[in-house]
Amino acid sequence: MLVDPIMSLWSDRLFQGAVVVYLIALLVHAAEYVVGRSPSLRAAAPVAAGAGSASGSGSVAVATPPEGVTVGPVGDDSATSDESVRGRRSRADRYGRMAVSLTVLGVLVHLASMVARGLAVSRWPLGNMYEFTSALCLLALVSWLVALRRIPTIRTVGVFVLAPVLILMFLAGTVLYAQAAPVVPALQSYWLIIHVTTITLGSGLLLVPGVASVLFLMRRSGRPARLVARLPSADVLDRIAYRVTVVGFPIYTFAVICGAIWAEAAWGRFWGWDPKETVAFVAWVIYAAYLHARATAGWRTTRAAWINAAGFATILFNLFFINMVVAGLHSYAGL
Amino acid sequence: MSSPPTAPPQPPETRSGGLDEPSPGGGGRGGRLRGALAFLRNTWRGLTSMRTALVLLFLLALAALPGALLPQRSLNQSLVDQYFTDHPTLAPILDTLGAFEVFASTWFAAIYLLLMISLVGCVLPRALEYYRGARAAPVATPRNLARLPHHDEGDVAEDVEAFLARTRTRLRGWRRIERSEPGGVRTVSAERGYLRETGNLVFHLSLIGLLIGFAGGKIYGYEGDVIVLADGSEFCNTSILGYDSFRAGLQVDGTELNPFCVKVDRFDASYLPNGQPSTFSADLGYQSGEDLDAGTTTWRPDTISVNHPLRTGGDRVYLTGYGYSPQFTVTWPDGTTRSGEIQWRPVDRSTQLAEGATKFERPGVTDPVQRTNSQLALTGTFAPTAALDTEGDLASAYPGLRNPVVELNVMRGDLGIDDGRGQSIFTVDQAKVDSGELRSVARADLAPGQTTRLDDGTVVRFDGVGSWVNLQVGHDPGQLWVLVFAVTMVGGLAVSLSIRRRRFWVRVVGSGTGSRVQIGGLARTDRAGYGEEFDRVAAELLRPGHDTDISHGDTQKKDG
Ligand code: HEM
Repeated sequence: MLVDPIMSLWSDRLFQGAVVVYLIALLVHAAEYVVGRSPSLRAAAPVAAGAGSASGSGSVAVATPPEGVTVGPVGDDSATSDESVRGRRSRADRYGRMAVSLTVLGVLVHLASMVARGLAVSRWPLGNMYEFTSALCLLALVSWLVALRRIPTIRTVGVFVLAPVLILMFLAGTVLYAQAAPVVPALQSYWLIIHVTTITLGSGLLLVPGVASVLFLMRRSGRPARLVARLPSADVLDRIAYRVTVVGFPIYTFAVICGAIWAEAAWGRFWGWDPKETVAFVAWVIYAAYLHARATAGWRTTRAAWINAAGFATILFNLFFINMVVAGLHSYAGL
Repeated sequence: MSSPPTAPPQPPETRSGGLDEPSPGGGGRGGRLRGALAFLRNTWRGLTSMRTALVLLFLLALAALPGALLPQRSLNQSLVDQYFTDHPTLAPILDTLGAFEVFASTWFAAIYLLLMISLVGCVLPRALEYYRGARAAPVATPRNLARLPHHDEGDVAEDVEAFLARTRTRLRGWRRIERSEPGGVRTVSAERGYLRETGNLVFHLSLIGLLIGFAGGKIYGYEGDVIVLADGSEFCNTSILGYDSFRAGLQVDGTELNPFCVKVDRFDASYLPNGQPSTFSADLGYQSGEDLDAGTTTWRPDTISVNHPLRTGGDRVYLTGYGYSPQFTVTWPDGTTRSGEIQWRPVDRSTQLAEGATKFERPGVTDPVQRTNSQLALTGTFAPTAALDTEGDLASAYPGLRNPVVELNVMRGDLGIDDGRGQSIFTVDQAKVDSGELRSVARADLAPGQTTRLDDGTVVRFDGVGSWVNLQVGHDPGQLWVLVFAVTMVGGLAVSLSIRRRRFWVRVVGSGTGSRVQIGGLARTDRAGYGEEFDRVAAELLRPGHDTDISHGDTQKKDG
């Protein structure tokens, strides 16, 4: 049997389940945002300002700063809570924790959906746009959770990570949806597994800096005011953008090289300026420019953020526009 | 902007002066001059090249974009033609700009050449500087450690020597030097992460190598396509004349191809029930260049398929296409027969509906006039699994041979093959049809084994169906180099991006029974993330035994 219909059905249901869970997580994050916003701002601002950093006002927890040293947004664990804001804070905090737990749950369901898809078709589940987009979202959320673990203060950004992921998931489940099926001969190669997996991983990782850079720019411009008030400080956003980019970019580079190796075996040349290859190249050059900007005076922060956002826009453009409209050799089965 | 910048103060340019190069305590005059020159040189390099590189990278990205958005000749000429039809005014303008051949255009070449020059001009001096700097001692401790982006201080119970001993242990693996300052003050300068620069240089040098390999492949490589019937027919890579199409590199004139021969014995395809292809493969035999030199007559067996080309010598043979070749036998009224099999071209790749023209000359006819009256062309459409489309025309429902039918239009007259003009093997010369020199004499739908009789008694029989494969031969002497450099490039990149070059300074002086300690830190290159490590090390030095966990905060970040 080529396709296991029961497994395939399960995969679809789990996918829908994950979308629902993410949606709830998004709403709870939004609640966290709304509840936590103004009161904690007022309560935290004087302390933060006293420590010399108004940009840290997004933080809800304020540690007693060591002498003469600014407190950036620090860990949000209740141990450091200030009595006067405790009630409000813990409510927002509860919502926030709930949203993160929901995201974790969603990720598990989502992962199960991909595994079921793989079992249904007895192949690596990255053979068409639907599967690819699904995996991309999964990896973006995993990298988000990892980033969150390392820098807990970014939790308020959850809305902005979940929203694009949900949009992508929605597109995947509707426009891009493809029935479970085996893949065409060109895709029957272990390079498929390596290339597409790493490309997904790289792009999924790069989603995070993309979002962080856009938020950074919003934060810098201060608009829209209501929205940016509870964002992490510009510095934190900038740091996330850089640190995740330096992980994502080498993986992306590696993935493009694997693609070239695979193309050499499948299409007779390792590089042929096929539209997909061309845009991958453009995105790569943009990220190289980003890293250069980080080492160039006057380009380090705002301009670099623009470049990073442009890089991610290019990756999305490659994923959607090029696959669906231009379609060179790369067009996947099922679309 | 109300919030003060929380980022650490950066030196204006990564490799230029400022906090980055704290002036050593007592440099001689020569040192100072050299320092000033180095400063100028660094500034020049930093300001000019880095920014130029940035601009050129942007230009490169921008210049490549039309290559993805506009149809390209190298990929699909017919799409370009279509574009000309759709945009009759815009297309010629774009064409003069080279927008349909972006990657062969002068402006694209100009950008990447400039980038190459900038790259070489930037990387070689840096490699030299790196080589010299590799053995230099870490720079002296800045006078005011409190001004550094990372800073901590405190008192410890140990005396200076004991503290220094502990510091040495803690900073094992760092490149260190201890110095003394007046007043019994001792300092430690430590630096780590030299590999970052190594990785960066490996990356950029590999990039140069990769681009040279790529260009070399384009100059000395070639690529050709040839259709071979999968019935034991042979193809030899001896001259470009053997190819149906040939794309030569700039320095390739086609006279010195690597000789080898291929014989295609069999082609197999299998499909899923919905018609999606599941496997293709061709069984073949080949004789490598060495075999040919040695005069071998046996064939080495191999099976090629998508993703599995044949590699022999420096050449690769790919299976890039396939199709059907209907087999016909024509029997003339006088009993003479001729059989013919030639590839028909797929008009719909998903169902393998094909069209073509199998051409015959009546044997034994020498009179030129008669010859041009009696040539036959079996033209039409072939469906491996016949079905009717909505307009009642022959269509194919499935790419496999389930119910092969050929819809024939037999033409007789002058095919025009004697005119000396090359003509397509898939069609007849339309001019001859228009002029009436080639006329349709019979129409019939035939399944294998069926025949049709022409007005003059000639019988055309559809014998069966064979298949053909399209072989693509590729030769790219630069490809291996590109691969090697691509691998070192990723390696260099990963090393460079995962390692931070960072400095750590300690200044300690005795106070009472213990010591007073100041600690400062600076990440030379990008910045983010040194804070945690610094905090950990500083805390361990200042508060031994305490299990201080401040790993998540950047609490020691100095406000700018
Ligand atoms: C073909 C064009 C180039 C590409 C694709 C490229 C790419 C990159 C990338 C990806 C990085 C970050 C990774 C690393 O640090 O190793 C980088 C860093 C760097 N590149 Fe390039 N580069 C190019 C040309 C140049 C040129 C012409 C210069 C000379 C100005 C240059 C100077 C540097 C420097 C100084 C860094 C280190 C930045 C830092 O310390 O953070 N690159 N380059």
